[in-house]
Amino acid sequence: MKRISARKDLLGDHLVALAGGALALSLLLVIGLVVLLAVNGLASFWPRPIAELELADGRRAMGEIHVRETATVQRETTGPAETIERLQLKGGNRDLTGADFTWIDDREVRSVTYPADAVLLERREWGNFYGRLAALRVGDRELAAGSDATWRAFHELQPAKEREFAAIRALERGPIGTINRRIQALERQRRGAGVKGLAEAERVSAEQAIDAELAALRQQFETRAAELTALREAWSREVLVVEAADGTSKELPVGAVVRAVRPNELGLGGKLALYGSRLWEFVSGEPRESNTEGGIFPAIFGTVMMVFIMTVFVSPFGVLAAVYLREYARQGPLVRAVRIAVNNLAGVPSIVFGMFGLGFFVYLLGGSLDRLFFPEALPTPTFGTGGILWASLTLALLTVPVVIVAAEEGLAAVPRAAREGSMALGATRFETTWRVVVPAAAPGILTGLILAMARAAGEVAPLMIVGMVKLAPELPVDGLAPFVHLERKFMHLGFHIYDVGFQSPNVEATKPLVFATALLLVAVVMVMNLAAIAIRNRLRRRYATSAV
Amino acid sequence: MSAEAELVPQLPRPEPDPMSLTPETPATGTLDPAQDPALNPEVADPVLTVERLSLWYGEKQALYDVSMKIPRHRITAFIGPSGCGKSTLLRCFNRMNDLVDGVRTEGSIDFEGGNIFDPRLEVNGLRKKIGMVFQKSNPFPKSVYENIAYGLRIHGVRSKSDLDEAVERSLRGAALWDEVKDRLGESALGMSGGQQQRLCIARAIAVEPEVILLDEPCSALDPIATARIEELMQELKDRYTLVIVTHNMQQASRVSDLTAFMYLGRMIEYGRTERLFLNPMRKQTEDYITGRFG
Repeated sequence: MKRISARKDLLGDHLVALAGGALALSLLLVIGLVVLLAVNGLASFWPRPIAELELADGRRAMGEIHVRETATVQRETTGPAETIERLQLKGGNRDLTGADFTWIDDREVRSVTYPADAVLLERREWGNFYGRLAALRVGDRELAAGSDATWRAFHELQPAKEREFAAIRALERGPIGTINRRIQALERQRRGAGVKGLAEAERVSAEQAIDAELAALRQQFETRAAELTALREAWSREVLVVEAADGTSKELPVGAVVRAVRPNELGLGGKLALYGSRLWEFVSGEPRESNTEGGIFPAIFGTVMMVFIMTVFVSPFGVLAAVYLREYARQGPLVRAVRIAVNNLAGVPSIVFGMFGLGFFVYLLGGSLDRLFFPEALPTPTFGTGGILWASLTLALLTVPVVIVAAEEGLAAVPRAAREGSMALGATRFETTWRVVVPAAAPGILTGLILAMARAAGEVAPLMIVGMVKLAPELPVDGLAPFVHLERKFMHLGFHIYDVGFQSPNVEATKPLVFATALLLVAVVMVMNLAAIAIRNRLRRRYATSAV
Repeated sequence: MSAEAELVPQLPRPEPDPMSLTPETPATGTLDPAQDPALNPEVADPVLTVERLSLWYGEKQALYDVSMKIPRHRITAFIGPSGCGKSTLLRCFNRMNDLVDGVRTEGSIDFEGGNIFDPRLEVNGLRKKIGMVFQKSNPFPKSVYENIAYGLRIHGVRSKSDLDEAVERSLRGAALWDEVKDRLGESALGMSGGQQQRLCIARAIAVEPEVILLDEPCSALDPIATARIEELMQELKDRYTLVIVTHNMQQASRVSDLTAFMYLGRMIEYGRTERLFLNPMRKQTEDYITGRFG
């Protein structure tokens, strides 16, 4: 007897160690993942010093040294392989040199200096510029000359330029956008008047009314457009003359510079401030230069909004289905079969749901909606093309099994006594279900929703064919009536990672962005989950299970 | 319906002797049940009149030809060993057995001039008039206030002041007001077991029933909480008719006015409590109350 029990304990101990080890390994992997993303993503916003290199052949180069490595290179196809030390320089100036990054053989570098007046200009176009400031001009008049004087003059001018740029954007998006939309709508109406088969006289008078309104709008548009041109001119009046390390000089409007930094003379405080401002721009700004620079706010917004709309659809749908299956349906082979089918639905590859979404939601539903409500816009589709509504519905379909299964488990866990207590007071079955059973099952139902949201936020494949795009000109929510535009295409963090990382012309430059975006996606999922968990815990406290 | 949680001290119990009584024994002797003095105590003003009630769970018969009259504003106790059908009988009064699949009944129970098994009878209205308190306290996962207000709301009370008043009246009626008046908004599930059971009683009286059925209401409570519930029952019987199923013969003898002893689905003896406990007419009753089996 004794030997048997001793042997059992030994096995048990090993199992405990194994189980603990497996858990530790999983934790380590998760932590490793987050740390990898954080280090690679967040470090890239930290300001690096600008090095000026003097090369053996007398050329000069300026930029940030990103990598130093030992590499084996073969200069000619048949030549011998040699091992060299080399460094990777981010020289920017894409408009002048054509490439952001260059590899430089260490032996060719004669000297490396870090000049205090080396300046980094983050521009709205063409990426970073590394060099020195030479002068600031308005037309032919010189406002400042020389590196330091220009630096000071530039900083005096820049806030005003930022404000002007904001005014331009506001004008484009606000009044001009509204007028454009009105004009489009009226043009559609005019075409619609022809389609609807009115009597000739009525048609003509309707068309004339529309034409008059159109003419007035076009007039307004002209005024606004002139205003915009004036603003643009004022904005690009001041010109900065800059000089690259190799002596080439270039002129660029002050307004085109987002941020000018002299990293070599920044103290720790300055670097921290710059880091914070870059991070904020990344989270809150719009992408520039085909997503390789700027922020990713539209992608964050799109992801959160899509998950939100999906939740709005999937919760009532899943909960109702679960209530029917558990509370009303007669338990038998049919219900068992339905339950198995629901579980299997959860295992269908997501791209299949994408195809279904395209065929059913986009083409069938969207196409019908277009024919019914927007015939004048055809052949341009309104709802008959991918959009955030269809994407959310596709995801709702994808996640509904998760919600049903979790909600059913939650309902099954509500004790019979609670149901009987309600019935004994004279409550009907319906009242019992909706006022006692479902509220008591709410924490379980929310657990299902949390799982569904986590899954939905990370799905990319099905969305690529039902409305996700690499660059959406407008957010799905804005100040124009009806404020929420469910037919619009949208950006998504998951697709953004793929697009920036693998579809970008400048993969080297965007690598940190890929990591930072991935980190942000994880953070967004986590924040949404934590919010849902907080709600669930509040409900749990309210509906705490009896201690007796 | 099990006896696992009987915390009240028991009479010394000799070894049970199942052979002392066999199922085949005719339960009511040879007398006509309607005339049998062991089954027909004097009941002047019956609220519920059970007439030759038999009940089947599927193929299995659980009640055999039960007849009895339950007096108004008295406490009637059902005693008997586990599985004797006393809970089943109790749950017939508010048709809670409807919730079990495959239940079939014969016979009738008269309440307010109608048969409660009448298919045209509105069962929710019946349950409003015949409330129930269960063996294990089952407050809803809501606040104390909402627990009481629930029954009123489903019966159409909307006004806040009416609800407030009814909640206070019910909680006072269940001797719970002073303990919970400052925490009406807190979860009912945070209360002690005894408080929860009194809350269930308050919930039942909130809808102003005629009859309150109590299905072993104290079997999960400690002696002090049990004593409070028993005290409460004495107060309630002035206004309500109480029917209690209990495993605890001391409890039956302490609280009830009439006691019915059931065994294997049959009514063995029914009479005034003192008479039944001091001077049982049937051997089976005597064996049970003296603890010879059960």
